[in-house]
Amino acid sequence: MTAFIELNRVSKHYGGNVVLENLSCDVSEGEFVTLVGASGCGKSTFLKLLLGTEGVTSGHLLMSGQAVPLEPSAERGIVFQKYSVFPHLNVRENVALGIEFDGNPWLGRLFGKSRRAALQQADDWLESVGLEQASTQFPHELSGGMQQRLALAQALIKKPKILLLDEPFGALDPGIRKDMHELVLKLWKKHQLTVFMVTHDLQEGFHLGSRLWVFDKVRHDPHAPNRFGSTITYDLPLRAEDPLAMTPEVNEITDQLSISSNVKQLRLATK
Amino acid sequence: MQRLINFQPGRTLKTGLGLIPFLLLLLAYQIGSDIRKAENEQDKLLPSFEEIADGIDRMAFQPSRRTGEYLFWQDTQSSLLRLAKGISIAAFIGLIVGLAAGSIPIIAAPLSPFITAISLIPPMAILPVLFIVFGLGELSKVMLIVIGVCPFLIRDILQRTQELPREQLVKAQTLGGNSWQIILRVILPQILPRLADAVRLSLGAAWLFLIAAEAIASTDGLGYRIFLVRRYMSMDVILPYVVWITLLAFTIDWCLLKLSQKLFPWYHAEK
Repeated sequence: MTAFIELNRVSKHYGGNVVLENLSCDVSEGEFVTLVGASGCGKSTFLKLLLGTEGVTSGHLLMSGQAVPLEPSAERGIVFQKYSVFPHLNVRENVALGIEFDGNPWLGRLFGKSRRAALQQADDWLESVGLEQASTQFPHELSGGMQQRLALAQALIKKPKILLLDEPFGALDPGIRKDMHELVLKLWKKHQLTVFMVTHDLQEGFHLGSRLWVFDKVRHDPHAPNRFGSTITYDLPLRAEDPLAMTPEVNEITDQLSISSNVKQLRLATK
Repeated sequence: MQRLINFQPGRTLKTGLGLIPFLLLLLAYQIGSDIRKAENEQDKLLPSFEEIADGIDRMAFQPSRRTGEYLFWQDTQSSLLRLAKGISIAAFIGLIVGLAAGSIPIIAAPLSPFITAISLIPPMAILPVLFIVFGLGELSKVMLIVIGVCPFLIRDILQRTQELPREQLVKAQTLGGNSWQIILRVILPQILPRLADAVRLSLGAAWLFLIAAEAIASTDGLGYRIFLVRRYMSMDVILPYVVWITLLAFTIDWCLLKLSQKLFPWYHAEK
């Protein structure tokens, strides 16, 4: 397979503050990459580079051989931890908005037959995320889990090439999180998406991903903590379907990680 | 024994307690009026309630001997019309300019410092300028209201627009929206209820400028009447006018709140 996303010595600085340095990697279409690391390690910054809200300082970040555009676009869908849905639109209008933007460049709004078609399409997507019952409710009437389901449907209706998930389940209860994991895996397989997901939960990273990236600093200057940035210290292919089969490997990895003081909290997250 | 900070008065008790200050004020007035009347039958400073009723009857329910109009209603109509015009124009300008500057940085850059400077000019200080430029007619009075509240509205709407979660704008871009579509379908609908809030806050200032303009140059209006009858120490007219203005201000504020709750239920549910 040819590389879909290519990272070639990618670095990101904010002034003298080095966040990411020297990231080199290839990602093929259809991979589910989970990004883990201590807070402040730059995993969310990497997601912003893919999203286009931030640009690389040096190196190349390519998508299908082209530099990633420096602006969010419809080929890269996103689900944030919160504020991903529009509070003034009801559930199906939230999902239909992506179609309405395409259908009417001036008003961004459809009428009559085409509007009904857009809403019908929205309903189909709502069904695939299990929200068909709530289609006329407003986001403030939904639980946190339902809002994230809505945000997923909203992103997927645009058929993005990449789906970016920025700690999407961080604010959810454990039980609901489990349901969401199943949903995401189902959607990933069904639509053959390329997914990048940031999480602070190592177990979640192992369970969902087909590939796991650990972000950490390899060099440290105690007098200038911002002198060196993080890079991908572990790049693990995960193939096991059954999360239980992974357990020995999880332990091995966490043991290795715990050598570095920065990732102690990752180990805690797995317990 | 329950702590005082935990004791919540019931509905009836709360209403009763709320009425007490009003009743006390009326009682204090009655006593004060009685004391002054006992000294001097002709005292005009604190007229009795009968005299006030007479004053209301004369102004509101008997045609003026000079013009044949019912002055009280005529004044109310003129004042409300000026207020409505002034507030509508100011709200419209505030919405358009605030929204444009809040959503488009290149518009905010030249406008923001300018609006801040303009908003520091005391509107009353340029009232003579308005009279010279726009004449003594309706226009200058409406303009005083517009100039008085517009900078506040623009700044408030600008700030509210910038306060919308950044995630929402990124999300809208990943749904394929262009700038204009995002302003129209994502930002504007969420700013409208905030405009209603801002207008409610600016009503007090609008009344101040209205009455000031009417007091200085006018031939009718609530402010004009109060300042006119002041020459004759007609407290029996001034006091009911003041109460009436207060009542109008309260009613307008209440109506705006109810309208906003009806039109934007999602906004009020979120708070």
